[in-house]
Amino acid sequence: MSVLISRQGDYLIASVVSDLSDSQVVALRSELIDRACALRARGIILDVGGLDVIDSFVARSLRSIALTMRLRGAETVVVGIRPEVAIAMVQFDLDLVPIHAALDIDEAFLLLEHRIEGNSEDER
Amino acid sequence: MRDEIVVSIRSDQDMVEARAKCRRLADDLGFSRTDATLIATAISEIARNILVHAGRGEISMRPLCDDGRYGMTVVARDSGPGIRDVARAVKSGFASRGGLGLGLPGARRLMDKFDVESEPGEGTTVTMTKWRAVDDLERLREKRRRRAGGASS
Repeated sequence: MSVLISRQGDYLIASVVSDLSDSQVVALRSELIDRACALRARGIILDVGGLDVIDSFVARSLRSIALTMRLRGAETVVVGIRPEVAIAMVQFDLDLVPIHAALDIDEAFLLLEHRIEGNSEDER
Repeated sequence: MRDEIVVSIRSDQDMVEARAKCRRLADDLGFSRTDATLIATAISEIARNILVHAGRGEISMRPLCDDGRYGMTVVARDSGPGIRDVARAVKSGFASRGGLGLGLPGARRLMDKFDVESEPGEGTTVTMTKWRAVDDLERLREKRRRRAGGASS
């Protein structure tokens, strides 16, 4: 099993523990979105520490998860991007604008709480 | 020095294998983790291009040594439909089928040398090279030492 998905309260936590093929990335994307919607999750924390590279396809998939979840009223935070992978992503000039990232899972929880509270205050 | 490594690309699982073998070779050749990741990312992009546009092909990686400088050359070959306008395909913002046109220009930015040879109907060969950053640093230091030595005499 290369991805572990667990639930914590209103949040879904997915940890990628090894490198993924393109079709595994596609499967992860649909499973995450399905489970997040079924559970009415308010946020997804996606730990991508197991990925050897984040190329244009993986980056597009991460962006697609984040944007899809946003249409559901949920937020996505990515954690665990390795430093050398981050350098490659910047040099590659990937469009990472909709992707929120955090230092670790604890920080990701704080960021999600902050963003979700912020959203509900905007609605009032 | 290690021999050439060839990975045939027929499925997306082969891409994972090509990335892993690239990292192992880069590690053996003394590349930094960052450089190994840059090369593996470029390999990932061109391997996907092979799958999407040609269906199958192969990627070879080999060590390179030139005048005290070490590097790795990666050659990706396929006999697919080829690229009509190579100059445009390696430029940013060129959108092709199934992609955002990021593959070739992105891979080019990650490597030191990047060449695409292609004719419509004749397939595509991408040749790219990365030099070890440590050797460049050593050369700069050597140059500076020589300059400093020259200035004092």
